[in-house]
Amino acid sequence: MKQLVCIVCPRGCRLTVDEEHGYAVTGNSCPRGAEYGKTELQNPTRTLTTTVCIRGGLHRRLPVRTSTAIPKRLLPAAMAEAAKVRLQAPVEAGQVVIRNLLGTGADLIASRAMPAADT
Amino acid sequence: MTDYQLIVIGGGPAGLAAACKAWQQGLRRVLILERDCELGGILNQCIHNGFGLHRFGEELTGPEYAGRYIAMLAETGVEVRLDTMVLQILPGRDGAPHEIHAVNGKQGYQVLTTGAVVLAMGCRERTRGAISIPGERPSGIFTAGAAQRFLNIEGYMVGRRVVILGSGDIGLIMARRMTLEGAKVLACVELMPYSGGLTRNIVQCLEDYNIPQYLSHTITDIRGHDRVEQVVVSRVDDQRRPVPGTEMVFDCDTVLLSVGLLPENELSRGAGVEIDPRTRGPVVAENRETSIPGIFACGNVLHVHDLVDFVSAESERAGAAAAAYVMAGESSPAPAGTEPGEPIPVCAGEGISYTVPQHLSPAVRTAGAELFFRVRRVTGPAAIVVQDGAGNRVARFARSHLAPGEMEHITLPAALLARAIAPLTLRMEEANP
Repeated sequence: MKQLVCIVCPRGCRLTVDEEHGYAVTGNSCPRGAEYGKTELQNPTRTLTTTVCIRGGLHRRLPVRTSTAIPKRLLPAAMAEAAKVRLQAPVEAGQVVIRNLLGTGADLIASRAMPAADT
Repeated sequence: MTDYQLIVIGGGPAGLAAACKAWQQGLRRVLILERDCELGGILNQCIHNGFGLHRFGEELTGPEYAGRYIAMLAETGVEVRLDTMVLQILPGRDGAPHEIHAVNGKQGYQVLTTGAVVLAMGCRERTRGAISIPGERPSGIFTAGAAQRFLNIEGYMVGRRVVILGSGDIGLIMARRMTLEGAKVLACVELMPYSGGLTRNIVQCLEDYNIPQYLSHTITDIRGHDRVEQVVVSRVDDQRRPVPGTEMVFDCDTVLLSVGLLPENELSRGAGVEIDPRTRGPVVAENRETSIPGIFACGNVLHVHDLVDFVSAESERAGAAAAAYVMAGESSPAPAGTEPGEPIPVCAGEGISYTVPQHLSPAVRTAGAELFFRVRRVTGPAAIVVQDGAGNRVARFARSHLAPGEMEHITLPAALLARAIAPLTLRMEEANP
């Protein structure tokens, strides 16, 4: 039996996961909590949010996120990939910045539109 | 006629939601005044995800959440003036209810008249000065939100070896963010015996990255001439006094402060709005109207929220109330009608630090009311008890745990309020004290 705090939403349910009986989850308030309890002990995943370099925009950094959660162990490698990106404004919200990031099937996408700077 | 029916001060999540709602309710001359170069407020620098589960049923980043409301606003005819600083709110002249004085680089000094005002200025961070940390005055000491802006918007990394004081959510989020960007976060130090942030942030921001949290500790010295070189961290006793002999020295170049947020009410005070010393925000009724008729307040300027979803909901309430106020005033020369009866004060009793709203109009006796509040201490199983002026128990709400870091709310149906005797008092009852 393993005790976890669910991080799916701000509610923070206190989960108990039974590794010996098919990773049965108790203490969750929703199905997403049960799913979190199962994956957290077998293959923990996280959504990565960071920024990438953008030129000619209103700001110098564009916030990005992975389209789905990726394995937690890949976060440092994913940060290294994001650090190589050089974009030119304008960018649309949701635009793919890196397709199939590190072969995870998740894309790195823009979290916002970045209009070109007024010149 | 006034220049506008409604002026919203601040274009963050509160102002956006209030303006959208006021438009939907039928106002057609609405203006948002925003001091930054774009709408969205603090959400623009909160690039992490976790926003919007209540409001949109999905997990969004801060910019995405802001983007939803900016898109909604674009569907309306609400006007926006960016890069515009509001200087003061004055009573109107010649029949105009309110006068807003503002300035920007393009239009200069402006005096705008309006039928109603929504205060949505948000909050700002407590600084080193606010908590009087001893030590030298080198560079390298930032509030967590300032560091967040430097890193996420400006693209400037503020330091390499970091100690964080305070365990507010922004501090926890920045512990993870700085770590992902290659910094070493040595410690997160919290004065209180419990964390000030959401539990999920302790898990996903500290535990995920093996960042130690020191509860019941504080910074007792900052060393360094030009740049921070060391901080001294000491344990504190149950009176929060540092215990001699417990000093730990951390070699670091940066200190981030996440030691609380203060509603930004200089404009409200200047206008003469009554301020609640506990929330540091305006005193409001359930429709978020302040002590000055026609001036409403919502979001973090009213009380500091944990979740933007609740800011949006509250601001929609304020926007709708402002619209109703303006339309009632326009349809009849008499001021907006209110139901007969006395207001019902809501008091924070044992274990409760504040409530919003602070009083209820008689209308809640037929409409019900939602109360927001924080508790004073961390508990296990407990209940929130609502008692009326005659000592009758109006309602009881069981909770499995309570913490000051997590805002609570309860809904009182009309049936329970119909005959309740003023004032109402909220208190906390622990199951096993």
